[in-house]
Amino acid sequence: MTWVTSNLDLIGRLSVEHLRQSALPIVLGLLVAVPTGWLAFRFRPTRGLVLGAVGLLYTIPSLALFALLPPLLGISFLSEANLIIALTIYAVAIMTRFVSDALASVEPSVRQAAVAVGYGPWRRFWQVDLPLAGPVVLAGLRVTAVSTISLATVGILIGIDNLGYLFTNGYQRQIVAEILAGVVAVVVIALVVDGLLVLLGRLLMPWTRGRRAA
Amino acid sequence: MIEFSSVSKTYPDGTAAVDDFSLVIPPRKTTVLVGSSGCGKTTLLRMINRMVEPTAGTIEIDGESVMDKDPVRLRRGIGYVLQNGGLLPHHTVLDNVTTVLRLERAPRAAARDRAFELLDTVGLDPALAERYPSQLSGGQQQRVGVARALAADPNILLMDEPFGAVDPIVRAELQTETLRLQRELNKTIVFVTHDIDEAFLLGDQVVILSKGADITQIGTPSEIIENPADEFVANFVGIERGTRALHTKRTGSGTVLVDAAGRTQGVLVEDGA
Repeated sequence: MTWVTSNLDLIGRLSVEHLRQSALPIVLGLLVAVPTGWLAFRFRPTRGLVLGAVGLLYTIPSLALFALLPPLLGISFLSEANLIIALTIYAVAIMTRFVSDALASVEPSVRQAAVAVGYGPWRRFWQVDLPLAGPVVLAGLRVTAVSTISLATVGILIGIDNLGYLFTNGYQRQIVAEILAGVVAVVVIALVVDGLLVLLGRLLMPWTRGRRAA
Repeated sequence: MIEFSSVSKTYPDGTAAVDDFSLVIPPRKTTVLVGSSGCGKTTLLRMINRMVEPTAGTIEIDGESVMDKDPVRLRRGIGYVLQNGGLLPHHTVLDNVTTVLRLERAPRAAARDRAFELLDTVGLDPALAERYPSQLSGGQQQRVGVARALAADPNILLMDEPFGAVDPIVRAELQTETLRLQRELNKTIVFVTHDIDEAFLLGDQVVILSKGADITQIGTPSEIIENPADEFVANFVGIERGTRALHTKRTGSGTVLVDAAGRTQGVLVEDGA
């Protein structure tokens, strides 16, 4: 416990780094998954292709991805970009299926109603389909967030400092408290982000609360 | 006036939902398309605003083919009331009513004023304006659906089994409201239902359809009851049973009319008596 109290500033600094490195892939993953998820939802031929491809992506071990990305993209093996791109790929892999399922969860009768009153295809997607897919997209985003925050710790293996540092350093120096501190910090960050996402969902989707208030 | 000329709709798998259908729908009257499910009545309705496109024939509104118009603009100019109201669950009552006005980028304040005016027209409490559809009863949702259809003041109102999913008491209430609205607003209404009583109550012109949108009989409710075209219509209308099969019964104080179940439905008032 003394290790924790005397290293609070280190834990704090690593936590902020960790949060920054995870937040970007979560947001990018969502942004990329909207068009890929739509592609999987909308057209039967692309459905199998897209969902198969993202399923396959998710099976690539993270260490292999770290080794594959630099020569493909011309970035440094030890760069933060390597970690962020790898995490984004996993986020896209999870989110694409969720976005596709989310769009399929919108009642066909509501979609018909939107067409009947004169929504064009573009506006209908952004103003009817996507908002109504919101609850399922949010569920996917929560899974993605927790998984990304936990997975980000592997960044330390390519020299990117974040909470993963507490694992390798604690292991090398045989400080159990340091490893435990890393675990607790990752869990706390994951829970806080999850809570924020739920809150954001309530703000952005007011129609989902207080059903049957009348 | 809406005119169907030799309209057919054949799906790629070969099923003919509509086969060589022709009909003139007079302006400022209510025309009811009635038939059992699968007879193609909803398909006909959806052809008017191009949600379904015919494979042959033409549909004209005031002499202009609907196929020559932009479908999205066409739909915004035609009121459409769906079963269960067909409201957008993520929009408040106010936003649902102003949907078409917002799509047409009307000024916000004007749209808002119009929405409150419409809530009043369809008999809804303005306090409901900020509610979401899931917080309303079925009857209230349906009224919002009607208000939304009327928002842009269209000449034509399409109603697709609008009262099919509400309980009988609310349905009767909504039917009366529809009659009142039609007296006040004078729209060209095309109404689809499988309920013959609803058809006779609301329709100036009733079109009885059988499979493939085949017109079995067309006329005013009185014409159809007085002179059913064939056995199918007589059965569908229920001329030989229920509340339409009336016979006279003499009582001490005069002649009354009794239905098939033996219940007295009214008193016979002889002409000149």
